[in-house]
Amino acid sequence: MATVADLRHGQKGIIKDFTENTLPIKLLELGCLPGNSVELVQVAPLNDPIYINLSGSHLAIRRSLAELIELDIVEETKSK
Amino acid sequence: MSKNINVALIGNPNTGKTSVFNQLTGLKQKVGNYPGITVEKKEGICKLPRGVKAHILDLPGTYSLNTTSLDESLVVELLLNKNDKDYPDVAVVISDVENLKRNLLLFTQIKDLKIPTILVINMADRMSRKGISLDIEAMEKKLDTKIALVSTRKNTGIDRIKELIADYKSISSKPILDPNRISPEYFERLQKTFPQNDLYKLWLVITQDVNFMPIEKKRIQDATDFATKSKDELKKLQHKETVLRYQLINNILKETYKVDFMAAKGLRASMDKILTHKVFGYLIFFVILLTIFQAIFDWSGYPMDFIDEQFALGAEWIKNTLPPGIFTDLLAEGIVAGIGGIVIFIPQIAFLFLFISLLEESGYMSRVVFLMDRVMRPFGLSGKSVVPLISGNACAIPAIMATRTIENWKERLITILVTPFTTCSARLPVYLILIALVIPEGNFLGLSYQALTLMLLYLIGFGMALLSAMVLNKILKIKSRSVFMIEMPTYRLPLLKNVGYTVIEKTKSFVLGAGKIILAISIVLWFLGSNGYSDDFKDADQIVTERIENEGLSTYSKNYIQNNIAAYQAEAQAEGMSPTAIQDSIQVLSEELSERAVAQEIASYKLEHSYIGQAGKAFEPIVKPLGYDWKIGIAVLTSFAAREVFVGTLATIYSVGSDEEETIKNRMAAELDENGQPLFNLASGISLMLFYAFAMQCMSTLAIVKRETNSWKWPMIQLGFMSVFAYIIALIAYQILI
Repeated sequence: MATVADLRHGQKGIIKDFTENTLPIKLLELGCLPGNSVELVQVAPLNDPIYINLSGSHLAIRRSLAELIELDIVEETKSK
Repeated sequence: MSKNINVALIGNPNTGKTSVFNQLTGLKQKVGNYPGITVEKKEGICKLPRGVKAHILDLPGTYSLNTTSLDESLVVELLLNKNDKDYPDVAVVISDVENLKRNLLLFTQIKDLKIPTILVINMADRMSRKGISLDIEAMEKKLDTKIALVSTRKNTGIDRIKELIADYKSISSKPILDPNRISPEYFERLQKTFPQNDLYKLWLVITQDVNFMPIEKKRIQDATDFATKSKDELKKLQHKETVLRYQLINNILKETYKVDFMAAKGLRASMDKILTHKVFGYLIFFVILLTIFQAIFDWSGYPMDFIDEQFALGAEWIKNTLPPGIFTDLLAEGIVAGIGGIVIFIPQIAFLFLFISLLEESGYMSRVVFLMDRVMRPFGLSGKSVVPLISGNACAIPAIMATRTIENWKERLITILVTPFTTCSARLPVYLILIALVIPEGNFLGLSYQALTLMLLYLIGFGMALLSAMVLNKILKIKSRSVFMIEMPTYRLPLLKNVGYTVIEKTKSFVLGAGKIILAISIVLWFLGSNGYSDDFKDADQIVTERIENEGLSTYSKNYIQNNIAAYQAEAQAEGMSPTAIQDSIQVLSEELSERAVAQEIASYKLEHSYIGQAGKAFEPIVKPLGYDWKIGIAVLTSFAAREVFVGTLATIYSVGSDEEETIKNRMAAELDENGQPLFNLASGISLMLFYAFAMQCMSTLAIVKRETNSWKWPMIQLGFMSVFAYIIALIAYQILI
């Protein structure tokens, strides 16, 4: 199962429906809802934390949290 | 009716809420603390059209009414308590046009509390650049509110906010989301049990981990199983609530908010690529740090010297103008010197907060946190502790004030507790003089031993801070709920007005907050140093004069006079003065010098027999194992007020009478122990330096820790632990080296 932690630079994913209550409510409020997109913007030099664009919200979260967010990776042809 | 309209400013962090507050209130603002806690309370008065006034309260930034930090709990607490004197007549929710969707989540929650709520959409100046277009009229209808489109940067729309506030009675207070939609079954049951209460408010009380005054949580828990409904289930409902709210918002925005992505331009991506780069990111951060250091260390030296001089002159002037007596002494040596000891820190504090607020305003600070988080994690800290810890290398006071950005209380407390281990600039004069005295000259791989020692001391301080953070992280049992998550705001040019306000406000809060305590302790120290109970103290003038008449001046004083005369003579001869003229002026000079020497010997004798001097002697058995005599003991003791007084105190005790470092150093080098060996040797010198590295000798820091943790418990633990630890390390070092 892919999670936000599996994203590569510039890669996007669509958040899957989650049934478990493992995610902190704060993350939901910042836009981490099923169906919303996540993009990996940057990875910190020591590989952690990661910097994501969560449907318009730019956030840095730790990998441990990112591993809890399941998603479908959108295979994007690099247009840049 | 002359009552002011109560307005609460509410909004997500990074929406420019503080800018709006500054624009509305100007300098008519007051910054304090909420009673009993250390959350900053900012309030101010705003003049509205038609002669009405509004009392504006700037609530801490929050993403929603689901609280995870003290700051956020406070917002909910106020909004639920109708009896609070600050309970708003009207709420103003500040949002950022780029993140409108997320900001509206909070808006809908506030509106559901049935408070008239105005929506401010800030940063309107960015709309065209981001390709955003809004249909304000339609949005007002859908959200059932009034909207002000504002740009604090361009200074537009502020009058519209004022108009809306003045007209708040016409603003709807109808809720948006019916709680029954979250779970009909659950909320119906809730309503039946508490027919008197508002459903949404009940829901907040049940789900939040805070105690709220008007609706007692306990009563709910006792009466029913609503709260005891399993945590998991409650959380599920909260999730559902959030999803529902977003659906609502999405529907509204679909018709009123358009973004043309083709038109959107942003610096974010390219700047982030450099500023968070594996190499350049750290490099840039390092350069910025160096600049900050340079400012705090070096540039602030000029105003500090100036302040120092002015206060010395002031004290001098008071002594010369007012009739001599205890009151004059108190004024000159106690109060003026005490106030001087506070004012002297202003340049460093102002500089640090100038930089910190520039970094925060520009959005760079979040990047620092991002870069450093992983590095700090093994020590139980996060990226947010980096700036305070590094600032501590200049001065612990502003550093501890800077910990306010850490939401996690445990992390913040640890940072506050360990910061004083870092090598602040007040330790520097002590280190420099001791290094010059006891560390031999010479090189190791091209680096002088003395420079290496200094560097080692800095490393020891920082290492100790990290090490104790690790230990504290294990020991302290504090529940901390918040997860690490930080918003990466867009880069912006800092608004000078905001930066200016921050600097003024932080400086003021230091002067008024810690200042009182520092002043009080200075007066006590002055009293103890200039009073004594013994006859020796009272008759010091007579005793010393008699001794000098019988035995002559002390050897040191004699040398002091001779050296000065010799120096003068050499200079005069070099200038080509006639021998008779030289002889005459030497006559005058030597009289002056011996007068000064006598005064110094009296001062020294007095200090020896003052309360502090007595304490130093009583203290001697304790410091003896560390290699110090009672004189150093006094200097160490007075250093508990502030480390930098070490040199000054020794100057007084050795009756050197000048703060000239070279003179004091020579005098210290000449000091012998009872075996006729130099008192300051490698063993005692290193033991002293280590003591200063670890001991909590700064009452200003203690005062600020008291203020920030809101109790005497933590500063006292800090004082006790650090001092005992310093003692043990100094003891071990001396015993090994001797």
